[in-house]
Amino acid sequence: MKLENISKQISKWFDGSGPHSDIVISSRIRLARNIAGYEFLPRLKPDRQAEILEKLKTAILSVNLGEEVFFIDVAESSTLEQDLMVERHLISHRHARGQGPRGAVIAGVESFTAMINEEDHLRLQVFKNGLQLTECLQEINKIDDEIEKQVEYAFSPKYGYLTACPTNLGTGIRVSVMLHLPALKMTGQIEKFFNATGDTDLTVRGLFGEGTEAIGDFYQLSNQITLGVSEAQIVEEFNNDIVPKIIDYETLAREELLSSQKAVLDDKIQRAMGVLKSARLISSQEALFLLSNVRLGVNLGRITDIDISTVNELFMLTQPAHLQMNNQKILDPKQRDIVRAEIIRKRLSTK
Amino acid sequence: MQCQRCKEQTATIHLTEINNGQRQETHLCEECAEREGLAIKSQIPLNELLTTLLASQSSPKTEPVAKVAAEDEKSCSSCGMTMKEFHKGRLLGCANDYEELGESLDPIIEKNQGGNTIHKGKVPANAPEDSKKQIEILNLRRQLEDAIENEDYENAAQIRDRIEHLQ
Repeated sequence: MKLENISKQISKWFDGSGPHSDIVISSRIRLARNIAGYEFLPRLKPDRQAEILEKLKTAILSVNLGEEVFFIDVAESSTLEQDLMVERHLISHRHARGQGPRGAVIAGVESFTAMINEEDHLRLQVFKNGLQLTECLQEINKIDDEIEKQVEYAFSPKYGYLTACPTNLGTGIRVSVMLHLPALKMTGQIEKFFNATGDTDLTVRGLFGEGTEAIGDFYQLSNQITLGVSEAQIVEEFNNDIVPKIIDYETLAREELLSSQKAVLDDKIQRAMGVLKSARLISSQEALFLLSNVRLGVNLGRITDIDISTVNELFMLTQPAHLQMNNQKILDPKQRDIVRAEIIRKRLSTK
Repeated sequence: MQCQRCKEQTATIHLTEINNGQRQETHLCEECAEREGLAIKSQIPLNELLTTLLASQSSPKTEPVAKVAAEDEKSCSSCGMTMKEFHKGRLLGCANDYEELGESLDPIIEKNQGGNTIHKGKVPANAPEDSKKQIEILNLRRQLEDAIENEDYENAAQIRDRIEHLQ
């Protein structure tokens, strides 16, 4: 398996199916672990860092991780390859541009990734489409158990799993859901709602693009507290309490739009389609914004000649590194806008 | 200016109060002020004044600064990490920092973790037997506290027995 091959397809967690996938795009669980007897990354000498990479690579590759298992030497990868992995959420930006020996194991059609020598020695991640946090937890626990049979994790009875940053201490778990909330945004309820989640130790981030801004009405919701609350409790709170509430809010807002503002809604959706089908230059930001409206249109049955996986595919494949990898050359932003518009036009008009 | 209370003596104490944004001025003579409980010794002996001033400057001010500085310089014997360096990079140098810098780290952990300081959840299967037991006891202790708080004494007694059994 090579990166050039995966750059033409969408990740399994982004295929548009799964429970509640009209609102919950994907679920992700991450565990942070360190190896006992080794310094954390800020104090780790390069030779010791290389030792960890070998040790963890061997341990992880011996675990049954399903289909398409491959290891990538991130330190030896080109900038473009690193960016491609970041765009696909396989590794973090920090890992891509980090220092010293580091790598990633990717498996299960990108539903599992392990970052070795990121902020911690090991960061395990499991992704699934739709709302499937319980399944993510089960799967990642199993993998974690298998790895633990071969290496000794840094662990203290008082503090739990020891991490380089105290904000990950204890369970080392980060539970996230990626949400598409265009109707809450359109009806002006999103700020109110996210102000409310601000008090519940949850952090909200955008799905695509850098920084905290949620572009294209995508939001990522994650827990902040990792100590003193069990993994199962955190997942349960998300699964049974927080996420269902958000789903209800968004569903209600969508129904409201359909019943009282159908013309406004259709206008937005059809204008987005019009621009996407005819533009000759389109920035990634504009594409995200318009595709978000189209996605809502498809989910509400206002657009019937395209399916959701096509829309998702366009989200993913029109990102800068994807465009360049699939064109096999470096493109400046202006050239990317041309290629992006071309891909979108072709994809939407063949249907 | 005449005293507002006795309307006889000259007002030498001028009080400005601001209540709910309302400015209120009171002008009193020394005698009336004393009666109002606002008495201020008009003449503080010089030596008393000096001692107070010196005391307020030396001990309460410099001591905490020195203490914080000392804590910032304290380093981990395994990796040399100091709190000063941690404050800059937000990352620790090794697992032992949690032991040796624990005292300084605990308030930071507590603040970031919603007041929690003790792990609850997964324990590695190969963790040393006693540490697993320790965690279980810690968890049971917390449950015991909760039970007592909720006046669930029957449950509390059971938890207490389990703790005793483990110990």
